[in-house]
Amino acid sequence: MESRNTQLAVGFFVIIGVLALLFLGLRAANTNFSSNGETYKLYAKFDNIGGLKERSPVKVGGVVVGRVSKITLDGDYYEPLVEMTISKDYDEFSDTSSVSILTSGLLGEQYIGLSPGFIDDTVEMLDDGDYIHDTKSALVLEDLIGQFLFSQGND
Amino acid sequence: MLDRIAGLGKAVLDSIAGAGQAMVMLLRALIGKPQLRKSWPLLMQQMYSVGVLSLIIIVVSGLFIGMVLGLQGYTILVDFGAEQSLGPMVALSLLRELGPVVTALLFAGRAGSALTAEIGLMKATEQLSSLEMMAVDPLRRVISPRFWAGFYSMPLLALIFSAVGIYGGYLVGVRWLGVDDGAFWSVMQANVEWGQDILNGIIKSLVFAFVVTWIALHKGYHCVPTSVGISRATTSTVVTASLAVLGLDFVLTALMFG
Repeated sequence: MESRNTQLAVGFFVIIGVLALLFLGLRAANTNFSSNGETYKLYAKFDNIGGLKERSPVKVGGVVVGRVSKITLDGDYYEPLVEMTISKDYDEFSDTSSVSILTSGLLGEQYIGLSPGFIDDTVEMLDDGDYIHDTKSALVLEDLIGQFLFSQGND
Repeated sequence: MLDRIAGLGKAVLDSIAGAGQAMVMLLRALIGKPQLRKSWPLLMQQMYSVGVLSLIIIVVSGLFIGMVLGLQGYTILVDFGAEQSLGPMVALSLLRELGPVVTALLFAGRAGSALTAEIGLMKATEQLSSLEMMAVDPLRRVISPRFWAGFYSMPLLALIFSAVGIYGGYLVGVRWLGVDDGAFWSVMQANVEWGQDILNGIIKSLVFAFVVTWIALHKGYHCVPTSVGISRATTSTVVTASLAVLGLDFVLTALMFG
């Protein structure tokens, strides 16, 4: 019966296609930090964000805990304001934590490095919508060269 | 001189009329009360001849393209000591570009030309007219199941192409040339995004499926019903569909990743 064989072949074809999609989704794509988990937002102001982009990772000791969700200019002085969406699994950062903009490798992408601060009785924990005050800006190569030349000239 | 201008005018009018004909054909084939019980077996039959029979060429070319990407990428990346980036390079070029585009080109050559020749011959032997005589709408009976079969099959074929291609890159990169197994997959996972890369690739292949199938059906349905006419229509299907895919790919890439 030919039509049954045809149907079987088409069924297998569709199954192979779905398996290929699953393979691509689970094996090739990034699944460990998905946006559907519970998250909260933290904010930080920088002098210069360098090459940071939306969706850049936020890392603690190299482990991705969140992503940059929005970059805007804020206030009268147009300071860059970075909104970070952090996974609810990591919600115990203290008020004394600091963030800095780092580069992965020599020419790699820029990301936010979050270093957890110390905790004692007088220190509050960071909640949704809080600001991290201790920030270090991105290293801009031109500024660095300028400083180097300036210090050479003094010698 | 005036003849030349008239010739240009005729060419423009003809192409506009062709586009109009194709649009009318598609609308009349797709709009209407769906008759699932009648059209399901027809769709299965076409999915078989358009999708399943294209599987072999898709798998083989996917495997070899993945292997070539792995080999070429490795020889370039190893100069920079960046052979760990082989995984994302293979995966991203397959998912974003090569998967949808090469599948569409192969599909136009393998299935599109067959569709055009089949429908053209149906027209030349007056089978389409006979269907109309029996009060069966050839657009609903012949064109519509072929269109949907192409539209559903090609995204599946593109996904299979990408998956097999990544496996081919893995075979050459990791098994043969000795890139680290863990780094190959983990760097790939860190760089490939579900929405940005995989979903956009699927959207691309849906657009290509629509265009290639539509062009193939239109060329067959409106061909000159002679042997020369059918051969011209078949050639024209492959050429037009390939050019349309490449042109649209640039536009879609600019919109998605620009």
